[in-house]
This record gives sequence, C-alpha cells and structure tokens, in this order.
Amino acid sequence: MTWSEMQPLLTQGTYDTLYMVLWSTLVTVLGGLPIGILLVLTDKGGLLQNQPLNKVLGVIVNIGRSLPFIILLIFLIPVTTAVVGTFIGPTAMIVPLAIGALPFFARLVETAVREVDHGLIEAVESMGGGIPTLVGKVLLPQALPSLVAGVTTTVITLVGYSAMAGAVGGEGLGSKAITYGFQRFETGFMVATVVVLIVLVTVIQLLGDGVVRLLARRGRTA
Amino acid sequence: MITTSGLTKVYQSRGREVTALDGVDLHVREGEVYGVIGQSGAGKSSLIRCVNLLERPTTGTVTVDGVDLTALAGRGRRAGKELREARSRIGMVFQHFNLLSSRTVQANVELPLEILGVSGRERSRKALELLDLVGLADKAKAYPTQLSGGQKQRVGIARALAGDPKVLLSDEATSALDPETTRSILQLLRDLNQQLGLTVLLITHEMDVVKSVCDSAALMKNGRVIESGTVAELLATPGSELAGELFPVTGTATGPDHTVVDVTFHGEAAVRPVISQLSRTYNIDISILGAAMDTVAGRQIGRMRIELPGGYEDNVVPVGFLREQGLQVDIVESAADADTEFAALVKDGAK
Repeated sequence: MTWSEMQPLLTQGTYDTLYMVLWSTLVTVLGGLPIGILLVLTDKGGLLQNQPLNKVLGVIVNIGRSLPFIILLIFLIPVTTAVVGTFIGPTAMIVPLAIGALPFFARLVETAVREVDHGLIEAVESMGGGIPTLVGKVLLPQALPSLVAGVTTTVITLVGYSAMAGAVGGEGLGSKAITYGFQRFETGFMVATVVVLIVLVTVIQLLGDGVVRLLARRGRTA
Repeated sequence: MITTSGLTKVYQSRGREVTALDGVDLHVREGEVYGVIGQSGAGKSSLIRCVNLLERPTTGTVTVDGVDLTALAGRGRRAGKELREARSRIGMVFQHFNLLSSRTVQANVELPLEILGVSGRERSRKALELLDLVGLADKAKAYPTQLSGGQKQRVGIARALAGDPKVLLSDEATSALDPETTRSILQLLRDLNQQLGLTVLLITHEMDVVKSVCDSAALMKNGRVIESGTVAELLATPGSELAGELFPVTGTATGPDHTVVDVTFHGEAAVRPVISQLSRTYNIDISILGAAMDTVAGRQIGRMRIELPGGYEDNVVPVGFLREQGLQVDIVESAADADTEFAALVKDGAK
C-alpha cells in the first residue's frame, strides 16, 4: 500500500473517529454531570440526602462500568437500532459510546464535586443559597479544573472505545485498522493508524492539560 | 436579639449517641458582642451552627431578631424558602474563611447579593463599598489565593455584611490568624459593632478574644453553659471561673501575720484611687501581690490581690472601707487552710 492509497483512508478514518468521539462526549458530559452531582447530593449528609435513590444510581453506574465495552456494544444493538434506525455507521455508534462512557464520567464528576471544600457549601447555605446556587455557583465552578481533567480522560477513553466500535460495524480509525491492517496484513497501514491514534490522543491530552492549567492558574498569579 | 432555649443536639454516630448540646439557654442582647468560650468538643461549634440552623437542633428553639428559626426549618436537610430568607439576614464568618477560589474578591462579596437577586450594577456598587469598609478596596480584582490570612478574613467579613444583617456569627474567625492579625480583625469586628449596631455572637477558644472585644461571655463545658453574663456581672460573681480566667490573679501571703484579699473592680468605684485612699486613711502599708486590670469604656475592671499587715481580725475595718467604696472584697484563704482543705478532699476521694 502506497502513501497515496493510505492517505484518504486515514483522513476518512480520523474524521469518523472524531465525529463519533466528539458527539458521544457531548452526550456523556450532558448526562454524566447531573448524575455525578446527584450521586454527591443524595449521599448521606448531602443536601438532598436520599439513600434509596443514591443506592439505585450507584448500582446502575456500577453495572455500566463493569460490562466490557465490546459486550455492551453488542448488547445495545436493539437500543441503537431503536434510536438511530440502524446499528451500523458512525452515527449509530454514538449511542453505545455515550452509554458506555457515561457511568465512567459520572464517577469522575462525583469525585471532583466531592473534593469541593465542605466549608464552601456551609458558607453558601449560611447566605441563604439554595440547591441551584450551590451547584451553579459553587460546586461546578470550584470543581471545574477537575471536571475538565475528567472530560479529557473520558475523550481518550472514547477514542479507545471507538476503535472497538470498528469491530461491530462502526467506522473510524479502528475499523480501518481492522479491515486493512489486520484482515489484509498491511503492516504499513497498521503502523500508520497507530501513529495517527498516538498523535490524536497526545493532542487531546495536551489540550485538556492546557485548559486545566489555565483554570488552575486563576488566582495563583496576578 | 438571639435567644436559644433548651437547645439540645444529639448526634448519632455508629449507633452511639453523642450529646453535643445539652439544654443551652443563651440570650444575646441587641448591639452587644457576645463571646462563647470553651475547649474543643465543648459544643460551641454546634451551638453557633444551630443559631442559623446549619445544624438542626434535636430539641429547643432558636429565635433571631424575633423570628423563631426552628419553626421555619423543614424536616429534611434541605432548607426551605423562609429559612433561606432568614439566613440571608444573618452574616457568618468562618475560621477557614471559606472563600471561593474560582472568584475574585469582589465576586466573592457579590455572591450573597446574587442569591438575594440584586441587580448587577447595584451588586458591584455594594461590594466595593463593603470592601472599602473593611479596608480592602484595592484588592477587588485579586483572587483569594493572593491574599494573606487577615485579608481573607476581611473579605469574609465584607461578604457576611452584604445582606445588611443585624446579626453576625463568627465561628472561630481569628483562630487561624497570628496574634497581630487577630487583634486587627477583632478591632474591625468591634468597629462594625459600634458603627452599624451589629450584634455579634462569636465562639472562640481564646480568652484574649473575649477579653478584648466581648461585652458578655458564656463558658461552655460538655455541651452546657456553665456561666454567662456581662463581663461586669461575671466579675461580680464570687468564684466565677470565667472571671478568674479573664482576670487571673495569683500570689500568696508573704508571712503568717498577713491578710490577703482579692479586690474586684467593676462599676463606679473603679474610677477612684481606692487603694491609695485606703492606705492614707488607715495609715497601713499595702502590697500588691498581683493584678489583672483592664480599662473598658473609660472604666477599670478587673481584680487585684493585695496583702494587708496583720491577721483578719486586725483588718475588719479596712476591708469594711473597701466594701463601702462599692468594691467586692474576697478574703483569700491562707495557704495553710487550703492545705487542710485539700487533705480533706484527698481523704474523701480515698473513701
């Protein structure tokens, strides 16, 4: 395989991967944030203390996290078909990707929010602030650097998951690597895919770290 | 201004019950600085948290500015609208400042105003005014991490005042600060108390805090208030532990034929040079063994331990003179007496 043959495949693969990863990240963040916050608030001593709800959420999240993604991918085929109309192609893959990463991200949110100093919660309560104030003005802004770090980790996990999705009808770099690198023994192409993936993950990590550093610097220097 | 009655707080901890507050009755008058002192674990932290219901008392009531807060509390941990409104009129400052590191100093002060729904321009005006009041007008755009501890506490105080509270609760506000900064923060609290007529309830474990700013004080032990009253009242109470801590005097008789008395100054007599009058009137030599005096609002309060020549019988008249001047005079038992008393106690204990 020559470079001119590989190049369009790699470009298309990268594009599909980014498409799947970014959309599923969006869904994951939108879904995982409230679940993570709810996990903290409904916990013992929390402002919305509700042990049964907390337990149920915890169990659901744990089930989601204990299934290997490749199994989840197959298991969710009926759900994907119901939502998107097909279980093949990059758009269809957003469903299992988001569902697979959501519990993971929810736990990261939980940890980040739990780290917010309890004194701040008390201070806002003493001012007469309610739950929306607490979440919107204290928990989220204070946890923002950790949350961004969590998003970075989630995006990288999703890049990995999206490669697996290639095995079950998805598109993207994973699918290309399986088709050309594995099934056709095109070692050169395999290496090229690996390089692209490494670059992709590195860029994502650097971007995430940069944002975290920017946020953490608030107030440290003038 | 603040009244608690029969306040109890029982925590459930691994099936065991821990009583943090055991029937606390506290009465803080409008416009005074009231200090609650006690060692850690005495329940003072639970007490101040019960005043704005950050902690729900197990039984008892809390009334602040005529509003029964305990009646506003719902069942759950979550505060209802009425309780939140009441809280917004009670300022609170904390030992560890509890400022949001994600916000500038000005934005921190604006937070309670945002909760109150004050418009942007008005918020900014009010916040800058408050920062000016606490002497930090130039730090509005700084972040909390760039400030010193004392500056952070000033921001905390400005923030606590944003809702125009009548009452300020101070939870060990100076305990994380060095002595110098502690003094300046206490001075600020005193100024605010006088300028704004703010009622201040503070808890502390430092006697110096009570001594330098409080009009009244209460001593807590094991969840109970052991003593309480104005500083003058406490001084007037024979055997008051708080008065003893606030104005400690020591010293024993230099010889067997001497009488040692503690003279407590509070009220009118404290402005007259009583001791020198006593010396001149009866022509006796008086030694001062120890003294702890302070001048509060132009009056001396405190106590002094003096030694008069001769036994008690010889000093009935001079002691009578001091009492006539409106001073409280307590005869200090001689060391020998104390020893026998101690021996008796030991004997009792042995039984």
